[in-house]
Amino acid sequence: MTLSTMFLTMLPGMLRTIAIFVLTLVFSLPLGMVVMMLRKSRIGIVQILTKIFIAVMRGTPLMLQLLVWYFGPYYLFRMPIGGYRFTAIILGFSLNYAAYFAEIYRAGIEAIPVGQYEAADVLGYSKAQTFFKIILPQVIKTILPAVTNEVITLVKDTSLAFALAYSEVFSIAKQISSSQTSFMPFLIAGVFYFVANYAVAFGMEAVEQMFKYYD
Amino acid sequence: MTEERRSNYDDILFRMDHIQKSFGGTEVLKDISVSVRAGEVVSIIGPSGSGKSTLLRCATFLETIDAGTICYRDVIAAQNDSSGKAVYAGPADIRKAKKQFGLVFQQFNLFPHFSVLKNIMDAPVSIQKQPKETARAKAMELLRKMGLEDKADAYPKQLSGGQQQRVAIARALAMEPDILFFDEPTSALDPELTGEVLKVIRLLAEEKMTMVIVTHEMPFARAVSNRVIFMDGGVIVEQGDPEKVFGAPEQERTRQFLRNYQQ
Repeated sequence: MTLSTMFLTMLPGMLRTIAIFVLTLVFSLPLGMVVMMLRKSRIGIVQILTKIFIAVMRGTPLMLQLLVWYFGPYYLFRMPIGGYRFTAIILGFSLNYAAYFAEIYRAGIEAIPVGQYEAADVLGYSKAQTFFKIILPQVIKTILPAVTNEVITLVKDTSLAFALAYSEVFSIAKQISSSQTSFMPFLIAGVFYFVANYAVAFGMEAVEQMFKYYD
Repeated sequence: MTEERRSNYDDILFRMDHIQKSFGGTEVLKDISVSVRAGEVVSIIGPSGSGKSTLLRCATFLETIDAGTICYRDVIAAQNDSSGKAVYAGPADIRKAKKQFGLVFQQFNLFPHFSVLKNIMDAPVSIQKQPKETARAKAMELLRKMGLEDKADAYPKQLSGGQQQRVAIARALAMEPDILFFDEPTSALDPELTGEVLKVIRLLAEEKMTMVIVTHEMPFARAVSNRVIFMDGGVIVEQGDPEKVFGAPEQERTRQFLRNYQQ
């Protein structure tokens, strides 16, 4: 197998990896906001349940969580396995990352001095105006480095979908490697992850620059 | 009670009666009453922990009172129910009351992500729905008054503390409040920067702006106020004409406090 054939065989896997990555962000970034709000809820039981959710999501391996989402329906309800492989992957990744993002958002919001809320309150801003105009832009700036870290981890974590035999780039690399007894596929996969993360870091740095205007 | 609150006091812009406030069992305000007439400049002095900042925070709804009455003109923002506990008015009345005052904080609390100009004109535009051009023109006029017209496009972090506090004063004035509260406006500033802020407050006093100023600047309070209130231990120990309170205080506690300041 030539290098270019290898690359072409791996290309669909790369696209699947990108699909996991993009869909996870699309769902987990807003979902993290919801989790954070539940976590800060004044209703005790909601707060406790959310804390437990976050603890479980952060305290157990993501690979294990993926297996639970995929095989759970069979063991719990005797549902036939399969058909929802991709759904299970996106669900597992999104819930896990939402828990991490929720804690990042929370730290960002708690870092805003109380004086900002007080100044907005005295001037007559509504709760919604205060949040969206005054607080949120400052929160985004504060949490960007932490979010960048998470996003970079996500690029590499997509390879865990391998556990559900989903043919993303890492799974394909492993297959080709054993069938061709070549290390090349892993090298290609490595370069792919590296380039993807380089692009992420580049993009996030550009966003950070956008928020530097008031330093 | 009700008649007393009305008509006889046409020029009373703000009034607090029999205010009680505790923080976790510690009584911070013990039955305090204050009223402010239009055009008056009232300074509140007293040692740390005397309750003067808490009084201001209760007046501006940043803290809630346990008992007592708070009125802005004819708007009753809080009053006691039959059991003697303060009950606040609904959101509509609170909004009406809030329109009547502004507050300048010790820590300025400017919005760091807004330019100086936007800090001043955003609330008039997004809350009072003023046309942008009107708000901008008024903001520029206020900046000129503060001596900061060249800083319109700067961001708060690029300014000195004294400049930031003058922007904060302009931001409060842009909402055209009837009464302006100051919570230790110069306490966070280096000594060489306090002068520029006090100068602006003095200018406002000359224009008959109604102001209540919590301050540690004794000579300033004496020069600028119509009335000085000395607080200690959650009560008003003494109040009156600044020359009287500073020159010939009646209470031993006042004399003691002022002596510490003169040294």
